[in-house]
Amino acid sequence: MRGVRLLARPLLWIGALFAALLSDMPALRPLFHWAFPAARPAIYDRDSFAALFLSHLAIVAAAGGAASAVGIALAVFVTRPCGRDFRALVDRLAAVGQAFPPVVVLALTVPAVGFGAEPTVIALFLYGVLPILANALAGLEGVPQAVREAAAGMGLSPFQILRQVELPLAAPAILAGVRTAVTVAIGTATIGSTVGAVTLGTPIFDGLAANKLPFVIEGAVLVALFAIVTDLLFAALEARLRRRLPA
Amino acid sequence: MIELDRVSKSYGGRRVVDALSLAVAAGEFCVLLGPSGCGKSTVLRMINRLVPCDAGAIRVGGTDITAIPAETLRRRIGYVIQSVGLFPHWPVEDNIATVPRLLKWPRQRVERRIGELLELLRLDPAIYRGKYPHQLSGGEQQRVGVARALAADPELLLMDEPFAAVDPVTRLALQQEIARIHKSTNKTVLFVTHDLEEALRLATRIAIMNEGRIVQAGRPLDIIERPANDFVRDFVGHQGRGLRLLAVRTVADRLRRGESAEGEALALDAPLSEALSAMTMRHTDRIPVEDGEGRRIGVVTLADLVR
Repeated sequence: MRGVRLLARPLLWIGALFAALLSDMPALRPLFHWAFPAARPAIYDRDSFAALFLSHLAIVAAAGGAASAVGIALAVFVTRPCGRDFRALVDRLAAVGQAFPPVVVLALTVPAVGFGAEPTVIALFLYGVLPILANALAGLEGVPQAVREAAAGMGLSPFQILRQVELPLAAPAILAGVRTAVTVAIGTATIGSTVGAVTLGTPIFDGLAANKLPFVIEGAVLVALFAIVTDLLFAALEARLRRRLPA
Repeated sequence: MIELDRVSKSYGGRRVVDALSLAVAAGEFCVLLGPSGCGKSTVLRMINRLVPCDAGAIRVGGTDITAIPAETLRRRIGYVIQSVGLFPHWPVEDNIATVPRLLKWPRQRVERRIGELLELLRLDPAIYRGKYPHQLSGGEQQRVGVARALAADPELLLMDEPFAAVDPVTRLALQQEIARIHKSTNKTVLFVTHDLEEALRLATRIAIMNEGRIVQAGRPLDIIERPANDFVRDFVGHQGRGLRLLAVRTVADRLRRGESAEGEALALDAPLSEALSAMTMRHTDRIPVEDGEGRRIGVVTLADLVR
C-alpha cells in the first residue's frame, strides 16, 4: 500500500531517477554503446556529473538568492509609505532587466568580468529579479486592507505588521515568483557553459562541438530532471504555505 | 474617558470633521450616529491615531493621545471594524492573543484569557480555538473580532459599524451580545453606525453627526422626543416617531404596581414596543410584568402606553 502511495508522488521517483543518473550514469554505458555504436567514449568523462551538478546548483543558488533578496526587498520598499514614489521607477528597471536576453547579458559582461561563472550569475540574476519582484508586489498588495487596518489599530508597529502579517500572507505569491525564476534559471544556466561556467550544460556544448550526441543527451536529460525536481520541490513548499490560507 | 476638544480634519480642502467637541464618560455606551460621509468613522480613527488630527486635542483617560507612542495608545484601546480584519493565517486563538502577546503577558495568562473571551462571546473553546478565520461564518468572525478587541481588557472600545455587514438575525444577536458585555464589564464604548434602530437599541447616549459636526447629543429618549433641528427630525423620521418612543421607553416607566393580569409576563426592562406588540397579538389591553427574579409585580396597560 505504502509503496503504491509513494509512486503517486512524482517528486520521489523523479528525484530518485535524477539522483541515480547523477551518481551512476556510467552504468548506462551498454545502453549508449548499443544506441550510438560509433561514439567513444559514450559517457561524458571530463568531469563527474555530480561535480557539474554542484557547480550548476551553486550558480543558480547564487543568482536566485541574490535575485530573491533584491526582488523582495524592492517590493517591500515600494509598498512602504516612504518608497511609494519609487514604484514606477522600480517597475521599469525590472522590466528592462527582463528585456535583455541572457545571451546578450553574457556577451556584455564577459568583457567586463572575464570568463567563468560570474557572467552567468549576473545574467541569471538580472533575468530573475522581475518575476520575483512582480510576484512579491502582487502578494504584498493582496493583503486585505481590513487586515492591515486591524493590525495597525491593535498596536502592531509597521515592522511587526510587515513581519507577522504582510510577509506571511504574501509568502505563497513570493514563493511562486522564486519558483518561476529559479526553474527558468536552471535551464538558462546551461548557456553559461559557452563562456566558461561549469554546469550540466558543459557536456551539451562539448558534445555539440565534438559531434558527440550521447554527451548532449546526457547533459540535456540531467538539466531537464534538475529543473523538474526543483519545480516539484517548490510546488510542495508552496502547497504547504497555502494550506492554512483561504482559497 | 474620551474628550475631543475642537477637533478638525480636512482631506484635500474638504472639512470632514469641523471643530468637533465631544466628551464620553467612563462606562457610557455612546453611539455616534449619522449618514454616510458625515465624518463619524474619521472621528473614531482619530481617537486611536490611525488618522492624525489637523487641529484640536483628544484625551483618553485624561492623557493627551499625542503624549504617548501611537502603538502604546492603541494597545490600550479595543478596535472593531466592519470588515473584522482577522489575520487569515492565524487560528482563532492566536488572533485573540494578538494584543496580550504584544504586551508580553505570560503564556498561561494568555491561554486563560483566550478561553474566557471565547466563552464571553459564546463560542465553545473546544471547537473554535483552533479554527481558521475562513472556516467561520460572518457572525462568528465578528464575535472573534470583538473577543480580540477585548483581549487585553482595554478600558475603551471603539467600534466602527461592526455589525453592518452581517445578516439581520445575526446582527440582532451580536447587538444583544455587545449590550450584555457592556453591562457586565462596564467598559466605555464609542460605537459608530448609520443605523438608527441599532443606536436606539444599544446607546446610553447618542451623538448625531452631520457634515463634520455634532448636531445633537443626548439620551435616546431626548433625541426622539426633542429633536434639536430639522436634520435630526428628518434623520429620526417624522412618521413612526411614536413607535420609536415606545422602543426606547421601558415597561418600568409605565408600570402599575400591585395589579395583575393573565398570560406570559414581560420583563421590567423590556421596551414598551414589545408590550404593544404583545397586546396586539393577544387581543388584550393588559400585560403582566415581572421583575428580575421572575416575581409578578404589576401590569402595563394600553391606556398607559399612550399616556
